[in-house]
Amino acid sequence: MDNLLEIRNLYKTFTLHEFDQKQIAGCSDINMTLRSGEFIGITGKSGAGKSTILKCIYRTYIPTQGEIWYNSLSYGLVDLAKATERQVLDIRHQEIGYVSQFLKLLPRVTAFEAVIEVLVMNGKSQDEAVDEAAEMLRHFELRESLWHAYPNTFSGGEKLRLNLARAMVKRPRFLLLDEPTASLDHVSKAFVRDKIMELKGMGTSMIGIFHDLDFMESVVDKEFNMVGGLLVGGVGAEC
Amino acid sequence: MEPILQISNLSKQYGAGCPSCIELTGPEHQRNVCPSCGTVIACADIHLELYPGEVLGIIGESGSGKSTLVKTLYFDEEPTSGKFHLQVFQDGKDNLFELSRQQKRWVRNHLMGMVYQNPHLGLRLSHSSGGNIAEKLLMAEWRHVGEIRERAKDLLGQTQIPLERMDDQPKYFSGGMQQRVQISKALANNPPLLLLDEVTTGLDVSVQARVLDLIRQIQRELGISMIVVSHDFAVIRMLTQRTMVMKNGRIVEKGLTDQIMEDPQHPYTQTLINSMI
Repeated sequence: MDNLLEIRNLYKTFTLHEFDQKQIAGCSDINMTLRSGEFIGITGKSGAGKSTILKCIYRTYIPTQGEIWYNSLSYGLVDLAKATERQVLDIRHQEIGYVSQFLKLLPRVTAFEAVIEVLVMNGKSQDEAVDEAAEMLRHFELRESLWHAYPNTFSGGEKLRLNLARAMVKRPRFLLLDEPTASLDHVSKAFVRDKIMELKGMGTSMIGIFHDLDFMESVVDKEFNMVGGLLVGGVGAEC
Repeated sequence: MEPILQISNLSKQYGAGCPSCIELTGPEHQRNVCPSCGTVIACADIHLELYPGEVLGIIGESGSGKSTLVKTLYFDEEPTSGKFHLQVFQDGKDNLFELSRQQKRWVRNHLMGMVYQNPHLGLRLSHSSGGNIAEKLLMAEWRHVGEIRERAKDLLGQTQIPLERMDDQPKYFSGGMQQRVQISKALANNPPLLLLDEVTTGLDVSVQARVLDLIRQIQRELGISMIVVSHDFAVIRMLTQRTMVMKNGRIVEKGLTDQIMEDPQHPYTQTLINSMI
């Protein structure tokens, strides 16, 4: 099977100029391979550097050192650590989804519009987008009374449903999940698991961060644990 | 994809200049006035490209050179040096800064729109709103009065100006409405490039929100490439995908907007982010 993503010797260090160049380590010497169609789970205490890895892949953070080789549709094999901004934007739009319960949406955009926007950006006509957005929100069981409301008033679970819906309409090749089950009740968790499995069935490769070990073990193919910015384990890994 | 706009080595100075101007100014010296000859280096060594449909943000404090930069692009200011290529003009072969006045006017009237912070720069406040739009259309060689009037109606409708105000003068309008008339005028000739210079600065927050939503809507529906100048990260976050940070006339950092905001590299960008309220 082909590798979709290969992370080699990834380091991220933050330099705080206002505090006399103080260095904060995010993650160190991360090595990881994601095959296409695979789902990797990462666990660890908060502050261990899990989100740092996801944000380096998405290039919200600029890696300090190391390589992140991604096998993209439009550009072939690309090192996301050094790809041009244009390449990263294209790859984000066309291939990568990022889901977090804490993802901030833009102000004054209703849940419905937020989904339509993604569809239109991916080349759908306004009419097609309206139909598909309704279908997707229904599929994610977001109450219809919330469709035309601003998500900043939503509960954590409702925001998450919306974010998953937004990620899923793109049918991303690669999905980054940042604690998709944090503070969800059991019913909602089961629901999210079903949706994740559905995406996986469609061929989406994923890397997810989890606090909830039971949940994670029920969905991932391979798991890693992070301690103090270092990756340990790789249960089920080929290494 | 080819960039629609490319700027290289752009600089603008006010004053005679001397050989040490460039090395003695800039963020590492915390100044844009040359200590040896007193020349103001408004901006220097600016390189940028803008891709079709993209919105690029330029952020920095007052005096950082960001407005000067967009004003040179709209030919309001003549640069001291630099190259400016637009893909939609002569396949990007010509340096627009070297065109004749007449050609520059043509480029400006047909290919660009500009919205200024101050409505009196972009509008004739004592001409009617419709007349302001007509003026831009006439310059873009629209000749048919009926068509001009129709287009003006469309544009004012799009920017939520009540049609009964079409024949009123913008000087009697609120700040937010003036800004929306300015946006209609800038869009009149369907320009592939729109320049926005601090367009929401000084407006009430609710009015600001409407203007920003309008710009987002226009961008989404028309796919116009835009350069947005602002000192406000909230505006930049809302409108742009990529951002350049300017200080003392230089670009100190450029990157994806979310990266600039979550992982700022340059000390000045970190200070800007930490200063957000």
